[in-house]
Amino acid sequence: MHSAWLIPVLPLLGFLFNLLLGKRLGKKAVTAAGVGTVALSFVLACVLFLAMLHAPGHRLELSYGDWLDAGSFSVPLGFVIDPLSGLMMLVITGIGFLIHLYSVGYMGEDGGYARYFAYMNLFVFFMLTLVMGSSLPLMFVGWEGVGLCSYLLIGYDYAQADDVPATAGLKAFIYNRVGDLGVLMGMLALFAAFGTLTIGDILVKAGHFGPQVGFGLLTFATLMFFLGCTGKSAQLPLYLWLPDAMAGPTPVSALIHAATMVTSGIYLVVRMAPLFQMTPVTMTVIAWVGGLTALFAATIAIVQKDIKRVLAYSTVSQLGYMFLGLGAAGFAAGFFHVFTHAWFKALLFLGAGSVIHALHHEQNLMKMGGLWKKMPVTGWTMLIATACIIGFPGTSGFASKDEILYLAYLKSPVLYWMGVAGACCTAFYMLRLFTLAFLGEPRDAHAFEHAHESPVTMTAPLVVLAVGALGAVAFGWPVAFGGSFRIEAFLEPSVSYGATSAEAVVHHGGNPAMLAGISTVLALAFAWWGWSSYKGGLAVAEARAAKWPFLHRLLENKYFVDEGLAYALVAPLRWFGNLLWKLFDVIFIDGIGVNLPGALTRVAGDFTALFQTGRVRNYVLTMGLGALLLLYVFLK
Amino acid sequence: MADLLSGALQGYLAVALLLFVVGLATVLLRRTLLMQFMGVELMLNAANVALLAFARWRGGDVQATVFYLMIIAVAACEAAVGLALVIGLHRLRGTTDADRTASLKQ
Repeated sequence: MHSAWLIPVLPLLGFLFNLLLGKRLGKKAVTAAGVGTVALSFVLACVLFLAMLHAPGHRLELSYGDWLDAGSFSVPLGFVIDPLSGLMMLVITGIGFLIHLYSVGYMGEDGGYARYFAYMNLFVFFMLTLVMGSSLPLMFVGWEGVGLCSYLLIGYDYAQADDVPATAGLKAFIYNRVGDLGVLMGMLALFAAFGTLTIGDILVKAGHFGPQVGFGLLTFATLMFFLGCTGKSAQLPLYLWLPDAMAGPTPVSALIHAATMVTSGIYLVVRMAPLFQMTPVTMTVIAWVGGLTALFAATIAIVQKDIKRVLAYSTVSQLGYMFLGLGAAGFAAGFFHVFTHAWFKALLFLGAGSVIHALHHEQNLMKMGGLWKKMPVTGWTMLIATACIIGFPGTSGFASKDEILYLAYLKSPVLYWMGVAGACCTAFYMLRLFTLAFLGEPRDAHAFEHAHESPVTMTAPLVVLAVGALGAVAFGWPVAFGGSFRIEAFLEPSVSYGATSAEAVVHHGGNPAMLAGISTVLALAFAWWGWSSYKGGLAVAEARAAKWPFLHRLLENKYFVDEGLAYALVAPLRWFGNLLWKLFDVIFIDGIGVNLPGALTRVAGDFTALFQTGRVRNYVLTMGLGALLLLYVFLK
Repeated sequence: MADLLSGALQGYLAVALLLFVVGLATVLLRRTLLMQFMGVELMLNAANVALLAFARWRGGDVQATVFYLMIIAVAACEAAVGLALVIGLHRLRGTTDADRTASLKQ
């Protein structure tokens, strides 16, 4: 596979082209470079994926020499393609291509067209580096790079008067910095333990250790990695940036903040699966954080009015499910949910984008309604995605979510019930979203008048994603319902990297069919409730909000976490910053460090200027006296 | 040192010193640029006198004589340039008073 390096490099070339020449060469060239490079990458990724399937042990290791080489420490510049990174690669380039295509229609009238595609291409490059990199430092380059692109794209409308996008971008960046520190610490800890940062070497060496009891270096490392995951994948307590990230263009939300970047935390955990399996403490932490996030975010999504915010909290919640699955040792289950979620959540976002586009950038659900007739393609594809995400029997969401819930039950029944409660909320808010947007009577006659179905570059990706969302089920179907969880066998070479430690975890116990039945019946009941509450407009919901004003306010204001943080963390930091500014900066650095030497120099200059009389005879006299002095010194 | 300042050399060095001091005094005390310029020439020639005196004292060094001729030539050039400057200054300012041409002070 000599062309493998082209897969990430092509989008990078697209980025350079669009950045340097895009504005001059016009929209057609930008479209060709922006969408074309990702399409080519996708084709190459497919070829590489097939080559990987035929490789021994389902793993291709490609090395392009040494990147860093210092004494005993060396980092290779290389890629590893195995089922895990291969599947991620396909998702990134495949769904990435569809979203690029969709952007052609969505961003068509935007002035920053070239800049937009440049950033998007850069994102694809970094994301591919993240998943394909064979060593932790290379992965970290991608990890930081996608954070940068996320920042750039959230703040894409930076000139907007209220500064919302710029602030949101900054917020995302800063929250991610906290997490990135965790990844760095984890890397250093692993280097201290194993003396190498190549993922394969670490996992093979880790295989010689037994499971860690208590709290050791490995537990510290994995916990630090998980801290990084809570930042990048928006888990408690670092989830706050993701809902605000919706200030970016909708395709960006679909690609970065739903389908790919936010799942890189899950990817990291699955990549290091043998290490995480050896640290039961970390696994328990992951499961509980995931379960709590899944439920917590789902309750907030119930009352949000902005269509994209509902989906954002939904994403946080679904990411929580993925971590719940990982924490319950269901690496394949967690990753399967990444895969299915990538399809249906990208579809939901693009569908929402289609609605927003049709209504001239109206994002308020309360002003929508009755769009079903006007936008049939968007409506149908949204319905399919909704069915998937609420776990309607037979859909991909059902398969992946119920596998996670089953594994959660084996870990702890409490986790299972938290997951089920989250699933009920999911069903409720998704049906609420769908009913408010597409069914009932139009609540804003003016916006409804102008609504129209989106152009074909936008609807075509919707249809393809809908097919993918339904077809993803082919990768796994719960054993309890007569299927086989094929993705588990498929991912086995990745999850048991090095093949020494990770014994296949045998899942048994409980009654999987009954557990899935309970969660599905409850979710469907809540879905029906959500539909019936909103089918006749807002009256029922408003009555309910009036009945429990406290609860409604609590949810509507997202449990006041932002406000609490502002009070508990931001205010003291700001005070401290002010102190540093007024005391340290103004007095020490500006005063003693800069202005004092300046003033001294000025005084010295003024003094010596007294000798500068401008009279030649004075100078000659001084010179003569100087010569005499020299004579005296030398002839003494 | 004592050997240097005794005998035949002494007279020549005294003349050279006198010339030098007169030149220096002229530069320091006169304010007219032309006079100061002449003072500079005097100091230069004082050095020449000393040079030739030493050459003679060392036993008639021909190099010194050649060197002296060179200095005279250079001094002539320098005098031409200097006089041109003085005339230029006089045209510009209407004066050749050194103390009144102190605009570089600013």
